[in-house]
This record gives sequence, C-alpha cells and structure tokens, in this order.
Amino acid sequence: MKHSFIPWLLLGWVGFLLMPWYLLEDGFWSFVWLTDGYPTDLYYAPAILQGLLGDKLWLLPIALPLLAPLRLMSLTKNDPRYSRYLIYSGAFGLIYMMGQGFAIGVTGWQFAGLDSLFGELEQQQYGFGYGAMLCGLSFLILLTTGLAARGFLKGDVFVTGSIGLIVALVGVFVFFPVSQVLISAFMDNDGAFAPTAFLGKFFSDNIWSLSCLSSGYTCGTAWNSLALAIMTATITTLLGLSFALVVTRTGFRWKRSLRLLTVLPIITPPFVIGLALILLFGRSGVVTQFFADVFSIEPGRWLYGMPGVLLAQVLSFTPISFLVLIGVVEGVSPSMEEASQTLRADRWRTFVNVSLPLMRPGLANAFLLAFIESLADFGNPMVLGGDFDVLSTEIFFAIVGAQNDQGYAAVLAILLLFFTLSAFFLQRHWIGKKSYTTVTGKADSGAYMGVNHGMKLACYMTALPWAALTIVIYGMIMFGGFVQNWGYDNSFTLQHYQDAFSIGWGEFGVIWEGAAWDSLWTTLSISALAAPFTAIVGLLTAYLLVRQQFKWKSTFEFGTMLSFAIPGTVIGISYILAFNVPPLELTGTGVILIICFVFRNMPVGVRGGIAAMSQLDKSLDEASLTLGANSLMTFRRVILPLLRPAIIAALVYSFVRAITSVSAVIFLVSADHNMATSYIIGLVENGEYGIAIAYCSVLILVMLVTIIGINLSVGKRRLRRTESISHTPTTSSPSFKEKHA
Amino acid sequence: MKNSPYILSLAIATAATLGAAPAMAKGKLNVLCSTDTDWCSLMETSFEAETGIDVSLIRKSSGEAYAQLRAEAKNPKIDIWWGGTGDPHLQAAAEKLTQVYKPKALSSLRDWAQNQAKVSGYRTVGVYAGALGFGYNEDILKSKGLPAPQCWKDLTKPMYKGEVQVANPNSSGTSYTALATFVQMMGEDTAFDFLAQLHKNINQYTKSGSAPIKAASNGETAIGITFIHDIVKQVKKGYPVKAVAPCEGTGYEVGSMSIVKGARHLREAKVWAEFALRPDIQTMAAKANAYQVPSNQSATTPPGAPDFDTLKLIDYDFAKYGAADTRQHLLQRWDNEIKSLPR
Repeated sequence: MKHSFIPWLLLGWVGFLLMPWYLLEDGFWSFVWLTDGYPTDLYYAPAILQGLLGDKLWLLPIALPLLAPLRLMSLTKNDPRYSRYLIYSGAFGLIYMMGQGFAIGVTGWQFAGLDSLFGELEQQQYGFGYGAMLCGLSFLILLTTGLAARGFLKGDVFVTGSIGLIVALVGVFVFFPVSQVLISAFMDNDGAFAPTAFLGKFFSDNIWSLSCLSSGYTCGTAWNSLALAIMTATITTLLGLSFALVVTRTGFRWKRSLRLLTVLPIITPPFVIGLALILLFGRSGVVTQFFADVFSIEPGRWLYGMPGVLLAQVLSFTPISFLVLIGVVEGVSPSMEEASQTLRADRWRTFVNVSLPLMRPGLANAFLLAFIESLADFGNPMVLGGDFDVLSTEIFFAIVGAQNDQGYAAVLAILLLFFTLSAFFLQRHWIGKKSYTTVTGKADSGAYMGVNHGMKLACYMTALPWAALTIVIYGMIMFGGFVQNWGYDNSFTLQHYQDAFSIGWGEFGVIWEGAAWDSLWTTLSISALAAPFTAIVGLLTAYLLVRQQFKWKSTFEFGTMLSFAIPGTVIGISYILAFNVPPLELTGTGVILIICFVFRNMPVGVRGGIAAMSQLDKSLDEASLTLGANSLMTFRRVILPLLRPAIIAALVYSFVRAITSVSAVIFLVSADHNMATSYIIGLVENGEYGIAIAYCSVLILVMLVTIIGINLSVGKRRLRRTESISHTPTTSSPSFKEKHA
Repeated sequence: MKNSPYILSLAIATAATLGAAPAMAKGKLNVLCSTDTDWCSLMETSFEAETGIDVSLIRKSSGEAYAQLRAEAKNPKIDIWWGGTGDPHLQAAAEKLTQVYKPKALSSLRDWAQNQAKVSGYRTVGVYAGALGFGYNEDILKSKGLPAPQCWKDLTKPMYKGEVQVANPNSSGTSYTALATFVQMMGEDTAFDFLAQLHKNINQYTKSGSAPIKAASNGETAIGITFIHDIVKQVKKGYPVKAVAPCEGTGYEVGSMSIVKGARHLREAKVWAEFALRPDIQTMAAKANAYQVPSNQSATTPPGAPDFDTLKLIDYDFAKYGAADTRQHLLQRWDNEIKSLPR
C-alpha cells in the first residue's frame, strides 16, 4: 500500500458511514441493533444518517476531514501538501468531534451561553459509541502521520503514532477526570468558586500539626503519611534486595519456593493481612496471649496505629520491591564483577563498588514504588490505623464520611500528589545520567558472584524470618475460612464455602448458587482483559521513554506516571464525575473498570520496562535498524524478547492489582459489574469474616495459579549461555570458579 | 500498513467489548442497597420472585451511596436507594437528589417513619429504626474484675480506661448520631465535657460505625458504642457480648428509602417502595439476621431487637441535627476540642 494512513482513513469512514454513532443501551456486542431497525432507527444510526435523517446536522461536517485526505492518494510523501492536509484533517476532526460532544448533551446545549446564541435545542445526544470511537482514532492517526511526514521524530510513523495515542489516552483517562476533581478543591460544597476556603483547608491543623512531638496531642495527617511512607519504602527496599540476593547470589536450596512466597502478599486481597495480623498480634491474638501467659506481659494494643500499619505495609509491598529488584540484580553482568575480582577486589568491595551502583536504578525504582504505594495504601490503614490518620483514608472519609466535604478531599489529594511527585523527582535526580547498561549483546559469559559470608548471613537473617512470618499469616488466612467464628469459636465448618461457592444442578445444567460467583466472574474477566492492555501500554511507553528522543519527553514521562500517584479514592470519584455524562459516558459499564485499571497500573509497567530497558544496550537496536528493520519490528523482535521479566511483572502485577484494588473500585462498580473486593468490603463491614476470608482464600488461589501459569508460558529470558552462581567461599580465582560452575 | 500501531488499536477495540451498557429489559430496576448484604439479597430475590421485575442491586454503605448519588446527579443510573441510616437520605432530599413520593402505606407506618417523610418533604420515608447503645465483652470484664456498665455516665469512670471504643463521627454516621444524641440529651457544653471525659477511656476512634462492637466481640476492646441491632447480631453469632440500653435514655436512627430524582425506571421503583413497606416483607427481615425495628405498625419486631416501647428514647430532632450547618458545627467542635486531646 502506498500510504500508511489509508487503512486508518478507511477505519474513519467505517465509523462514519456504518457503525452506530452513539452508545447503545443494549450494548454493541449483543448485536440486537442489527435486527432492530438499523441503520435507519435513530438509536442505532451511523453519523451520516443521524445527520441526514435525524436533524443532527452538526454531525455532517465530520465528513470533511475524512474527505480531505482522499486528495492525497496521488501525492508523494515529500509533497508539502501531504503533511499539511493530514495535520489539518486530523486536528480539525478531533477538535470538532470533542467540541460538539461537550456542547450538546442529553439535555440539549450544555453551556448557558449557547442557549441564547442559537436558541433552545430540542435534539439531544448520548455518549459516543463505536462509530465515534473509530472516527476519533482515525483522526488521531491522521494527525500523527501528518506530523511524522513533517519530519517529527525522524519521520517515524510508528513512534509518532504511539506517542500521539498514549498522549491522547492519558489525557482523556487521567488528566481530564483528575482535573475535574482538582477543580473542586477551589469550590465550596455548593459548587461556587471559593479560593479562600482552599487556603483555610490547606493550612488546617488536621493536616500540618506537629504537636505529637512535644505533647500527647496527635500529629497532622500529612506528617503521618510521610513518615510512614519513608519507613515503609526503606524497609521494603532493603528486604526486597535481601530476597533478590538470596535468590540469585546464594546457594539457597528453596529458591523457587522463596520466589513464590515473596509473591504471596501481593496477591492478597486488602484487609486480609490486617485481619490476620490482628489475630496474631492483637490484644487477644495468639502471639500476644502466648506472651501474656508465659512472660505475663500485659496484652497491649500496640498493633493499632503506626506500628501495625507499617508491619502490614512492609508485608504487602516487599514483593513489589522484590519483583523490581530481581530483574535488576539478575541483569548486572557477571563480567563486570569478574573484572573487579580479577583486579583483586574482595567480594564486599566488588559488591559495594560495582554491583550496588549498577543496581541503583532498580533500588530507586523499588523505593519509589513502595513510597507511593504506602502513601496511596487504603486497606491496611483502614483496618489497623487506629487513631493514626493518613491521607488516603482521610480522603475517603472526607468524601463518604459524615462530613461529605469533597473540597477537603481534593485538598488532601493535591497534597498527596505533591508528595509522590517530589519522590519521583528526587529519584530521577539520584539516578542521574550515568550508564547502567550491562546487557550489551557482546560476548558475555560467566558466573554470578556469590555474596560474601557476612552479607549472606545478613540476607538469610532478614529474608528467612520474614518468609516464615508470611507463611504463618497465610496459614492463618487459609485456616480462617474453615472455622465458625474466626478468633473466637474455632470449630471446623464448611458453611462459609457453601454460602459463597455452592453449585447446584437444575433443569438447564449447572446453577451457580453461591453468593460470590457473580462478582468472581466479573472480577476475573475484567482483570484478565485489563492485564494485557496494561502491559502493552506500559511497555510501549517505556520503550518510547528509554529509546526515543523527543521534545517534552520529561513532561510525557510525568504524565504517564501521574496516575500512579493519584490515590484510588480520588480516581474513583473523578471517573464518576468525568464519565457519567456524554460524550464519554462510561459509568455502569465494565469498560470503565478496565480503563481505570489500565491507567492506574500502567506506571508499574512503565517503571518495570524502564528499569529493564535501561540495561539493554542501544547497540542492539542499532544493529537491528542497520539490518533494515523498522522501529516496530525492532521493538517486537529484539526488545520485547529481552523484556520478558518486565512483561511478566507487568502482566502479573496488573492482573493481580485489578483483582485486589479497592479504593477506586468502590465508586465504579455497578449492579451488573460488581467486583470481588467491593463485595468483600460489604462482608467485612458486616462482620461476616468467615465468608470474607473464604472468598479471599479462593481469590488468592486463583491468582496463584494464574501467576504460575503466566510464568510458565512466558518463560525465562536468556541473557547469557550460563546462569550459574559460584559457591566458592573466599578465593576469587576465575579458574577455580569455573570448575565449580 | 506495517508502520501502523495496529496492535494498540486492536487492544482498544477489544477493551471496548465490555462497554456494552446494561440491557434495558422490560421491567428493570436498579437498586442501591445500604443494609447488610444478607438483607439486600433477601429483598432482591423475594422482590424478583413476586413481581418478575429484573433487579440489579448493588450494596454500598450509606456514605458511599450518597457520594454516588451526588456524583451521578446529572445523569442518574440508580432508581431507588433502599436502607441505610437516615441522615444521608435527608441530605440527599435537601439537595433534591431524590424525588417526592408518598407511598400508599404511609399512614400505617409508625410515627418516626412518618416523621422522617415529613421532615424531608416526602422525599424519603422510614423503613426501620435502630437505637443507639453499647455492648461489652463479658469475658474481658470478668477477667479484669470490672462491673458491667449500665449508663452512658459509667463509661467515663476511670476503671474503664483504655477499654472503650467508638467510631470517629467525622467518618461514621453512627457515631455522628451518638454525638447528636449526647448534645440533645445534655445540652451542647455539658455534652462536650462528657465527651472529653469519655475521651480518656477511648482506646481508638474507629472509621466504621459498627467496628467497635466487632472489636469487642474479638476481645480487642471491652466496650463498644454502636447501634443495638448490630450488637444483637454479634450476640446471635455466639460471641460473648451483651447489649446495653443506657439508663439515661438514648437516640436512634431511622433507616430510610428514597426514589432517585430522574429515575429511569420510575414505575418499578414505586413498586419496590410499596413492596418494601408491606408488613409481611418487613417481618421477613429477621430471616436475614436484621434486628432493626420495622416501620410498618403491623410488622412483627424480630425477637431480640430492642423494644422501642420500653427504651427511653429521646425526641430526636432529625431536621435540626441532620442539617448541614449543625453537622459542620458539631464536627468542627469535636475535631478541635476532643479528637486531639491527650489521654
């Protein structure tokens, strides 16, 4: 085909001439519309007929930007008219479509001024459907193709298109909704503009008080959150590194199970770790009672407050650090370490001066992730917080609590955003511009250096007890689903599983009788759909960030990372505000959940991709490009296969996060698309711990099976011919090592 | 062609697969339910069985439900909001998020239920009522050699130091009801003195209103302040807790029901409203372990539920204490004078 934009233009025409323009009440994929009056019925009609038959004349101009590019068929790419036509068509199409969508809604004109200008409008229009979506996509690609023809990004159509697409997606699904909620920081409760109220809320003692340092009063939420996040991030990064070293650099026997174990907390639905911790360390907990009986220590309530939340967060987030760090620790080239040892450095010096600096991006990423996760964490402070208030829960209760103060919630959200973004910039500053490349494609073999003795001991001493604690906690959880009243009446029962997951046989086959089936299927299908999109969008973004040079790159990066820094509660409310009305009417559908997950979890894919990709030498791309592959081919055939750990991490993480996320989901679930976590919250609120835990156990099992499945099917990336570890205790003679390896 | 990011477009197309808006079958109803899950599903199944109307029901706490109604005000997706404490229903009524409807059964309802309707300008109506009280864990009190508290005043005695739990009124409607109850019983200043004394005994202000009694059930605290029907529920589950109706008298909540303004299935919503107020349907609630007092005079109060005739109920002024400015004033004062006090 002569021009790359032609299929996209065709797509636009299909959207304009054939597909139903508006959102369908019965859903597109039921295909009811095909037999029910399409194409002339105005519920189902495409834009062209809406315009010609339905008096929606304002839809007809959309044909113009679709007609204009037809003139380009005979032109070559170098013709200046080529790029100009494409840019004008795309830009006009996009702007006009969005403009008319926002101006005319369910109740006619949406802005008061338009009423007086054009008079009352009788027609109404609903949210964009597939016709509109295809047109929009078509215009976007026309625009970016035009820009590429202008010479943007060396004229690379794939890169320009990808950047355009990601910018558009992030703009629509992150910036647009969040701006809606942030604007409300400057509003009073009736929706009037009130900047002074903002200042009053922002500088309130509830947020900034430091009186806990000097007296018995409580400190402000901002300080609480910050202190907690720093501690959590530090501890989890160290633990994660320690686990990564045990798995890659020691001869530890149960590495594989250790790997699995560290993934456990991440597949844990919220609240469960908190509940298990209460049963272990709460005032009536098993461990507490044991100490009370044996050492007659008065049972205390230390768990409720900062120590408890910290413990639960470290349990929850260590695996994230581990997932990030394992790829990085594995990626450090053994030849570097060998070179250092050949130069007579001992293992400790090699580790400190060679390995550790090479792991810096990974360490910084792990720290950043844990820091942000801790700030945004909702479930653990909810269960264990006691009087220790943090920003994320305060935001939630500012919205749903007795105050109902959306403005205060928005103020807290801005603050939270400020903290996470500061962390982001600090981390970038720290990594700096050094080269961390170690996977180069050049001959590179050798064995990983083992860590020295003290280091090994330290790793064992931290990682193994932690692993043991994790096992105990999961034992408690699995056990909890089978007892009558968890923590009080521990007699065995299957009742909870029956209530949730019973299956019956009826006239027409299987009847899913249990109360949990509905939400379980919804959760699984939505999470499974969200995972690959998250991975694709995330890794593509990472590729653009690491491998391509373009203007505004840091702004682009900031934009893609932003959604991670926004607490789920804020995302949830902002999505309802933004996507409940035309033109983007998504509430009540499953798509809103998928989109929410994709853009919330995308930063994890991005960070993982960046960390992995900055270790791949650019000469690999260049070789591929020199051999005639284009950037798409290079991305697919060279980069992707080397990114397998990052892909696994992104897939697993987004799937699991979609299943376990709570705070955003609460606001987005609808009767037809209920999610497991929001169902479980209801159970926990009612004290139905038995069923809640039974349900959680099933979720954990499902996620575990999935993770193992993904790991097996994606496989391990092969960086070098051998992947062995030297076990030699002291000497660093290469020849000796080779014998053992 | 090979230059185009077709993978992504494919991805987006597939993502949109689930974009199908919920089906609009004949006779459909979207219900927002703010009681316990069991009761929600009991209502759903029995309503569907009787009317053949296809119910989509989602359970959300009353605060979340109210937040959703506010957010969706321009284009409501919910038809009727059933259950949940009365204050948010009144707020929704005040903001005209719900619509006026006088159910046929109105005259056969108890006074407090009718009053709820009157206060709201008939935008909401009482479905059930629950009285405030506290519960204690017998085992813990016994092991500490402490007597069982019987009155609100008892809770401030120094011997219960670190043993009392109540929710934070900023986050919990239950606890706001308690705050408003104290203010109405004692007068505002005395009430805040009482709260300051109580504060010394509080080990934690929880987020959720019913959390204190769950903590008491599991032995994490000795005494929890919450609604009596929540305590009865724990008792029936077999936990060693006892419910107390305080000797000085107490306040109560009116669980309500409102039809959403702009409901897409108004006819079905009205059918639900009439259904939910029928005596046989309200009596059925006991099956779902709901121990609230039903609003229809002919409905049977479940055994174990607090008896409103023998309880000393205060004359709770829902109009005044549900209003936004009273609420803001009391919460602000609580924040400033109580919450950050040293213990």
